[in-house]
Amino acid sequence: MTQISAQAKGMTLGEVGLSIVLVLLAFLSLYIWAGAYESGFAFHAALFALASGAGAFAIVNRYSGRSAEPPPQTIDGKPNYNFAPVKFLSLAAMFWGIAGFAVGLYIACELAFPDLNLDFPWITFGRLRPLHTSAVIFAFGGNVLLATSFYVVQRTCRARLAGDLAPWFVALGYNFFIVIAGTGYLLGITHSKEYAEPEWYADILLVSVWVTYLLIFLGTIWKRAEPHIYVANWFYLAFIVTIAVLVLGNNASIPVSIYSSKSYIVWSGVQDAMIQWWYGHNAVGFFLTAGFLAIMYYFIPKRVNRPIYSYRLSIIHFWSLIFLYIWAGPHHLHYTALPDWAQTLGMTFSIMLWMPSWGGMINGLMTLSGAWDKLRTDPVLRMLVVSVAFYGMATFEGPLMSIKEINALSHYTDWGIGHVHSGSLGWVGFISFGALYCLVPWLWNRKELYSVKLVNWHFWIATIGIVFYISAMWVAGIMQGLMWRAYTPQGFLEYSFVETTQALHPMYVIRAVGGGLFLVGALIMAYNLVMTIIAAPRVEEVAVSGASPALAPAE
Amino acid sequence: MSATPSPSLWIRHQVLEKNSILLLIGILIAISIGGLVEVLPLFYLKSTIERVDGVRPYSPLELAGFNIYVREGCYVCHSQMIRALRDEVERYGHYSLAAESMYDHPFQWGSKRNGPDLARVGGKYSDDWHRDHLRDPRAVVPGSIMPRYPWLEKTALDGSHLDDHLKTLAMEGVPYSAEMIEKVSDDLRAQSSADDKAIAELQKRYPKAIARDVGGQPTEIDALIAYLQRLGTQVDFKLYDDKANIR
Repeated sequence: MTQISAQAKGMTLGEVGLSIVLVLLAFLSLYIWAGAYESGFAFHAALFALASGAGAFAIVNRYSGRSAEPPPQTIDGKPNYNFAPVKFLSLAAMFWGIAGFAVGLYIACELAFPDLNLDFPWITFGRLRPLHTSAVIFAFGGNVLLATSFYVVQRTCRARLAGDLAPWFVALGYNFFIVIAGTGYLLGITHSKEYAEPEWYADILLVSVWVTYLLIFLGTIWKRAEPHIYVANWFYLAFIVTIAVLVLGNNASIPVSIYSSKSYIVWSGVQDAMIQWWYGHNAVGFFLTAGFLAIMYYFIPKRVNRPIYSYRLSIIHFWSLIFLYIWAGPHHLHYTALPDWAQTLGMTFSIMLWMPSWGGMINGLMTLSGAWDKLRTDPVLRMLVVSVAFYGMATFEGPLMSIKEINALSHYTDWGIGHVHSGSLGWVGFISFGALYCLVPWLWNRKELYSVKLVNWHFWIATIGIVFYISAMWVAGIMQGLMWRAYTPQGFLEYSFVETTQALHPMYVIRAVGGGLFLVGALIMAYNLVMTIIAAPRVEEVAVSGASPALAPAE
Repeated sequence: MSATPSPSLWIRHQVLEKNSILLLIGILIAISIGGLVEVLPLFYLKSTIERVDGVRPYSPLELAGFNIYVREGCYVCHSQMIRALRDEVERYGHYSLAAESMYDHPFQWGSKRNGPDLARVGGKYSDDWHRDHLRDPRAVVPGSIMPRYPWLEKTALDGSHLDDHLKTLAMEGVPYSAEMIEKVSDDLRAQSSADDKAIAELQKRYPKAIARDVGGQPTEIDALIAYLQRLGTQVDFKLYDDKANIR
């Protein structure tokens, strides 16, 4: 931390350093722009130049407007929380969520009605599907995780977020990464590694943002006023660290040239497949599970005003979950050219993973003991709790599908898509919505949400949407899997491939309807949250310093 | 809670709850074990990749096609991995070997079949069929849900920096020789021409490479077709001894 004397106003080391780095980056980007091999890469270089230039300008502009002293760590003995980046990230999550769901709906329609590809390169299914997956996982989910982690770590440590510019660098840098990744997909700039499609320069940006994120998180923990690190923060920490390891391992690549967006992954063939699914399954395990479990461990106790059901169970849950998850990747590669020993290990650990998953679910659900009646009156809590129920369902289905004989049927079919969406719409989506419904009134000092009734509408419309979605995909997946392996009495394969595709059409239409309902629900949420910020009555003085049971130390 | 004999594991765990660095180290250890056990042996166990003859690096035109395949996200809907299951082997051909994708940076095994597996599509259809199919899939396969790709035959192939690509792949262990890198433009031209002498040269460097006269400057569709027609054709399964490669 740089100490600044009370009288003289000067730029902090961080301000000077970051603005120099950004100016240099702007020049480097212009240099690359001038020599870029491909127009798409030139476009990205120009975006980098503009963004880093704007960043440097913003730092100087902020400096001229700020007071000489840095913001105080505490005011009247209470922590002076830094919630501005959290507000930005919450709104970004809302925006990207709707964008990601809308793209998902569009590509669902493309599968039902292929003419919707419209013969434009940029919106064919092959380019839009990575846009959809990245938008919902990394843009929506990522912003929810950044927002909630920055909120939770401050509250549970009773300390102001570490860093001055750093939280803004993370918030804006991460969202700029998303813009680069997303526009890249439309232009055909991709690694072609699922959920790790962004090319080398986007990866470098992501890694620099992510390391800063880790340092902010740790720095805030180091300032904590509580002796214990709260359980939600263990999960956040595991999520941040493991994602860093996974991204570095899976994206290891050598660019063809500094003037080209193209790079080649250093791994190939079977090893690359194993590393991809080590990454891919743990993007699920650590991004979409550990991170959102942290949300569960803070927001559910907070909302029901009860402590976590079992502190010891949370310890077991944490260590067994992170230890076992990392092994599960090979279940994506059953009966492939991956050696059998690796497939068997992957299946074994995937089945074992059922236990910590359900341990966590039980810990979340039982936190309501003595307060179950709140489910009737509080639709936000209902959303949080139903998300945990979906988590339980998806984490039962997952081990089931990892059994080789079942995987033989389910793999390559829409059953996988249905499974992913019961986890992502039900678990990740609902717990994120629940967290946003909690966060927005807290952050903007509103007494309550603009409309509880609209939350109810959101809940039911989205739930019906999910049911449509996943049941259509179960039917589609199992049906297609059975058709692929159907034989005539004479011993010939009964169906050509395209016959199995045509049979899916009604299910694809139902799926699109389900996805559409989910999108409608999210739009209702956006309206509700925006109106909460604009029109809901304010809380004048907040007295929520540390009364939360979630803050209680062990035992 | 009743007191357990001290110091119990729960009490000891408090060390981790109170020290972020120890917690961080604990997390790193917990997440490292599985990955190391599953990934590392694949690099040194000789049985990971079968011993086969015939698998060679992509020729420049095929590599350009591979990159178009990646760019358009074909892997999103087409797998290139025939599983060792009866119906798959009967539908698509011999189950895929690890050796067949050992020069794919990155691998294109895929995870979802909105369309059929392509691991052995090479030689299954004519070039003209592919051309018609990529132009309008439903003209050839009624009921197909594949997008049309009309721009592929209208876009001239940009092969200007392919030598950089070969150099990068050589750094990553693909056996591209200095000669291959030097002759990249010649080989690119030869594979889309009717120049017998140049084609002979090309096939010396890239055995069994199929040249097709495209009547001038190759377009992206020519590269993509060259790539597709090569898929799964490298290993001669009449000679392949799968007993010798049981893993």
